[in-house]
Amino acid sequence: MKTIRIGSGAGYAGDRLEPALELIEKGNIQYISFECLAERTIAIGQQAKLKDPTKGYNGLLEHRMTKAIPLAAKKGVKIITNMGSANPEAAAKVCVDIAKKAGLDGLKIACVLGDDLLPQIDKFMDTEVWETKRPLKELDGEIVSANAYMGVEGIIKALEGGADIVITGRVSDPAIFMAPLIYEFGWAMDDWDKLGKGTNIGHLLECGAQVTGGYYAEPTKKDVPGVGHVGFPIIEVNEAGEYFVTKVPEAGGMVTVDTCTEQMIYEIHDPSKYLTPDVVADFSKVTFTQIEKDKVKVEGATGHPKTDTFKCSVGYKDCFIGDGEISYGGPGCVARGKLALDIVKERLELVAPNAFDELKFDIIGCNSIYWNPDFKYNEPSEVRVRVAGRAKTKAVADLVANEVEALYTNGPAGGCGAVKRTREIVSVASILVDRNLVTPTVKFFEV
Amino acid sequence: MKLWEIAHSRTGDKGNISNISLIAYDEKDYKLLAEKVTPERVKEHFKGIVKGEVVRYELPQLKAMNFVMYDALGGGVTRSLSVDMHGKGLSSYLLNMDI
Repeated sequence: MKTIRIGSGAGYAGDRLEPALELIEKGNIQYISFECLAERTIAIGQQAKLKDPTKGYNGLLEHRMTKAIPLAAKKGVKIITNMGSANPEAAAKVCVDIAKKAGLDGLKIACVLGDDLLPQIDKFMDTEVWETKRPLKELDGEIVSANAYMGVEGIIKALEGGADIVITGRVSDPAIFMAPLIYEFGWAMDDWDKLGKGTNIGHLLECGAQVTGGYYAEPTKKDVPGVGHVGFPIIEVNEAGEYFVTKVPEAGGMVTVDTCTEQMIYEIHDPSKYLTPDVVADFSKVTFTQIEKDKVKVEGATGHPKTDTFKCSVGYKDCFIGDGEISYGGPGCVARGKLALDIVKERLELVAPNAFDELKFDIIGCNSIYWNPDFKYNEPSEVRVRVAGRAKTKAVADLVANEVEALYTNGPAGGCGAVKRTREIVSVASILVDRNLVTPTVKFFEV
Repeated sequence: MKLWEIAHSRTGDKGNISNISLIAYDEKDYKLLAEKVTPERVKEHFKGIVKGEVVRYELPQLKAMNFVMYDALGGGVTRSLSVDMHGKGLSSYLLNMDI
């Protein structure tokens, strides 16, 4: 029976490269997919592209591909990635240059375009934004990007055209893993159960090591062997649609029923309705069975017909966030920390009354991650005080960190290690768009 | 007893919505989790943090539940003022619950 082994090369934009290279080298895989595009990353990429039309792709593209392309070419592994971000065509050209420099030839590199809806954003001004429940035109901030989550279609076209490397912009995360399965096994695009399985496969793989023991260790309760050299996952899929999660034997980490369970529930809401551009996947009956060490069989994923719409993320210049931190240690440190917060609160009311959309006052070590007012915390040996504020202008946001830093000479005793920063925030608003308005196209480059 | 003794957990984020899994180590403890860790109890536990509703989905065959918590991430991942913008640490806080 035909079997395909597909590996995960990255679980987020900045992920480690070594486990990906290990998979290409030793994983006996035919495909490796790098998932590198968080929700607002593309908005930031779009701004980079505006400044320089040859940029706007993932900042680690060169770093990754310089090592991955020659190795993948040697092992006959195809690469699929959304590292194209806001500029898949420029990213494909970078890959062409890398391949040429490595002395390779006979490689076909494709980019998938069509997700960028910014040129036609005016059509959607009356569309309701999920987050605000108001029309898009009322969004408070300049729109800088609009990208539809496309499905597998463009990637499949690229593979049918003989691509060895496929670079996309915004597509659904599972799509970069499911597309090669559809291509290889010839699954019908309305075989919803198969597509539900393919989506489940993509979902288990899309966060890299999160299914092989990364983000899992809890000393004494959940020890992970060799987590320092944790490997990335492989899923082996056969023609009948049976599939198994595993890893390279010598890689660190582990694949167990519980690592798979944690990852499957990660970032899903209703397990029976996981919406993607290609299918409404149903994970509610999924079971995991450990069939051997570091090999888990997955069963029970199904699917239902896809919806008529694509989700589109609209990036906009939202606000500025300023924050500052300073530490206090020794006896009475919590009391001094609380006094510091009161001082900053009073001074911000004085220098910028009602200028902040929101302010947050934290004592790191006590209540910064968990700020339930009823939460009882113990007195630690040191605390870090933090104030953060959101404002429409940079000048106002700057005031927050300045007032924290000024605690050195104007605040409680023993303040130390102050830091300050202000960030411009590009936020994302989500709208649904008619899928007929989005057409994936593919461009090929030959080396 | 804290939930930490008998269960593990991971948090995910989408916009201003947080989801937290709660997975029993041992199958026999799942019933206890289902009985004690109600959406109401979780909402109370995250007082001040989660402003919207809490919905619970059950996956008994995985001895697991999924809590979806609305209006839970300080306005959303990008604009949250929290140190933990993604709310990734909320899973550990759920395990701090006494049952």
